[in-house]
Amino acid sequence: MKEANSAVQIDRSIGDFAYPEVHVRDAGAGLSEKTIHYISDVKEDPDWVREFRLRGLKTFLEKPLPTHWASKDLEAIDFDKIRYYLAPGTGAKRSWDEVPEDIKRTFERLGIPEQERKFLAGVEAQFDSEAVYSNIKKAVGEQGVIFVGSTEGLKNHPEIFRKWFGKVIPIGDNKFSALNSAVFSGGSFIYVPPGVKVKHPLQAYFRINAENFGQFERTLIIADEGSEVTYMEGCTAPKFNTTTLHSAVVELVALKGAKIQYITVQNWSANVFNLVTKRGLAHEDAQVKWIDCNIGSRLTMKYPGVIMKGRKARGHQDTGAKMIHAADETTSNIISKSISIGTGRATYRGLVNVPKHLKHCKNNTECDALLINATSRTDTYPTITVRGTGNAVQHEASVSQVSAEQIFYMQQRGLSQAQAMSLSVNGFVNDLVRQFPMEYSVELKRLIELEMEGSVG
Amino acid sequence: MSLVAHDEVTQAGSILFGPVDSRGPDWFRDQQRAAWKQFESLPKPTRKDQAWRFANVDLLDLTPFKFGGTLSDHDRAEILDQSRGLDEVAGRLIFAGDELVHRDVISDQLRQRGVIFQPLERAMVEHTDLFRKHFMSQPATLGSAKFAALHQALVSSGTFLYVPRGVEIELPIEIFHWLAGQNAAVFPHLLLVTDELAKVTVIEHFRSAHRQSPGFACGVNDLIAGPGAKVTYVCAQKWGENVLALQINFTKVEHEASVKSLNLHLGSRYSRFESLSRLTGEGARSDLLAVSIADGIQEFDARTLQDHACPHTTSDLLYKNALNDRARNIFGGLIRVEPHAHFTDAYQKVRNLLLSDDAEANSMPGLEILADNVKCSHGATSGQIDADEMFYLQARGIPPAIARQLLVSGFLNEVIERIEERVLADHLRKLIEEKFAR
Repeated sequence: MKEANSAVQIDRSIGDFAYPEVHVRDAGAGLSEKTIHYISDVKEDPDWVREFRLRGLKTFLEKPLPTHWASKDLEAIDFDKIRYYLAPGTGAKRSWDEVPEDIKRTFERLGIPEQERKFLAGVEAQFDSEAVYSNIKKAVGEQGVIFVGSTEGLKNHPEIFRKWFGKVIPIGDNKFSALNSAVFSGGSFIYVPPGVKVKHPLQAYFRINAENFGQFERTLIIADEGSEVTYMEGCTAPKFNTTTLHSAVVELVALKGAKIQYITVQNWSANVFNLVTKRGLAHEDAQVKWIDCNIGSRLTMKYPGVIMKGRKARGHQDTGAKMIHAADETTSNIISKSISIGTGRATYRGLVNVPKHLKHCKNNTECDALLINATSRTDTYPTITVRGTGNAVQHEASVSQVSAEQIFYMQQRGLSQAQAMSLSVNGFVNDLVRQFPMEYSVELKRLIELEMEGSVG
Repeated sequence: MSLVAHDEVTQAGSILFGPVDSRGPDWFRDQQRAAWKQFESLPKPTRKDQAWRFANVDLLDLTPFKFGGTLSDHDRAEILDQSRGLDEVAGRLIFAGDELVHRDVISDQLRQRGVIFQPLERAMVEHTDLFRKHFMSQPATLGSAKFAALHQALVSSGTFLYVPRGVEIELPIEIFHWLAGQNAAVFPHLLLVTDELAKVTVIEHFRSAHRQSPGFACGVNDLIAGPGAKVTYVCAQKWGENVLALQINFTKVEHEASVKSLNLHLGSRYSRFESLSRLTGEGARSDLLAVSIADGIQEFDARTLQDHACPHTTSDLLYKNALNDRARNIFGGLIRVEPHAHFTDAYQKVRNLLLSDDAEANSMPGLEILADNVKCSHGATSGQIDADEMFYLQARGIPPAIARQLLVSGFLNEVIERIEERVLADHLRKLIEEKFAR
């Protein structure tokens, strides 16, 4: 068993290709007030947004890095070398022939359509999905749903946008939310009117021609009373970035009785620092559900949170998590599954807080980690504060290996060791993957098979 | 930076004047001076330190505390009278304000077989090699490095217990530490070294002569279990209600050795307990048990590390806390499986029972796993007394107050039951009942 495991090697380098950058309009490297004014000028920001950005910059410069608990690796980020704004339409070009064979094979195996492959491989800076996007936009538009880029949102719908923007995650929440507040561009703005249940998941994927996946995207979703919406971002295929810092802010507001489900699947290349602040505000009877699947990256720090502000609000998520109970009868559920391969390291960091004098709050946290190789590593650091009686909070975590008995059993029945291994890993994440929309869960399963295959035995 | 500037200190005999001329040999006094320098240079903990997260660090003001002066005859008589623990023991030491006030020596038979049971200051002269090898050999890494340095600088007595190869001491060894006098400080120390296949049980009592008197206790224990040794260590902490207490325990478990430690926390205003258990040989096993009952404005702060440095080792932590009134509890624990420490079994379970609306439980159970062939799990729960169970007992005519006490005792008893020595377990149950009766 051990020998077999040590043979598992995942080639993370497949995402590491670079190409010459030719940016017609960019803000140059480094960050100063000039950069902010430049971004605001190019984007034709209203004055309040410009001020918001400047406040963000000030806070960013003042705040220290979270050094006392976070990975020292953060100190490797050189903020002066980062380009904070690239104008749309100025992305780099290269031809399909330049795309490495193994990447093409990955796309092939994942069953990604030709056109999307080109976008993902960086051959086309923008994925032309105008038709799909306008269909979706039309379909939901009839119900009064607004589904646009954040820039368009703040310009055309200021009355809704301004009310909630920066309210769930204030500028000063942390150093990286401040940075995002200063230089944000891209991301989505969604408003779902009262009682409207959006049938199809809204996918950032289909909107990316309007504005590229940003480094500093800003997403704001508001589900009005009794409405329901599912939003998806990212995709299972490896995503290639020339930039090394991705720092998004995602704010969700679920008003009374509303339901928001936010699904992320990300596969960053190994040079990317993925530092994302995500938080949902659940009003009375509302439900916010985060499903977050992270593959790759150099360091991902992301703790989606839910503030349960109204009675009976509910939250659900996986990976690092933050649950603040702020009203009676609130329920939160955290399920985290991690798989560490090679020298991979998965860390769960959670916060559950049930403050004073609340009644009948419940939290359930489960963290399961699967270790594939002898050099793999996993950590769990939950923090749980409960005050008073009448609440029930439980946290459980386990760490295990793929069971030798399972592998033996499957090999007995004629499966190769690699197949057995991949089946076993898929089984480990199955109850979570099942929650994804069909195409995603199929892609994700294939991706896991791919990661395991050729690396065992 | 020192905790306070020296010119703020006005009282004679303040512990913040540094080491007094101790009776120890030169090398020991050199160590004490070095430790004092370290104490002064280390920063005062803040809540921003992960190791002190949630802790009420403002309580750690050491300015009022001074070395215990001479004990009055009345106090001495009172302490000797009150030092009642187990009926039958293999040996007993009673310390009051770091002064040894009474000893019941071990039997001739045990002495002839090589067992050493004596005050620390004698051991450092008579058994220098053993002492120097094990005395505070492990740096305090769970947050209290500053206080470990303070202890080393100011420790003047304590217990040295050595159990040689193959010797099994059937009856427990009992140690009392008493705080006596207003603002007194004590620095209890236990250095326990067991050789191959030795077996010993130790119980330590921490008590105050005057329930209301403020005091400061800063203790360190070194528990060394040699190959195949079996050590049971029980601590019954019953400091007075205005006492500030810090206890730093280091346990080393060598191959095939087994250490079981249980800490019962009942007294003090603020009590912090750091426990590092390092498993260094195959087949080593460490059981870390604790029970706390906090009421009033008590704050109990426990930080633990189960450090698996070798393959085929087992550790099992079970902490149960009952919290009443405005009491607070903090648990910060980590299971660390070092690279290549495969076939590790490590468990960690913390359960908090909240008995009032103002009680607060903070739990930070952690895992750091750097090897893959392991079985590790941890769990932390916070809840309250089950309404159905209350109903059941009341339906059978048991008044609510008693029913509640029964349920809390039952909840805590799961931990006490893990102590195999019946007299010890019974004694701990008795202490728990006394706290309820108050």
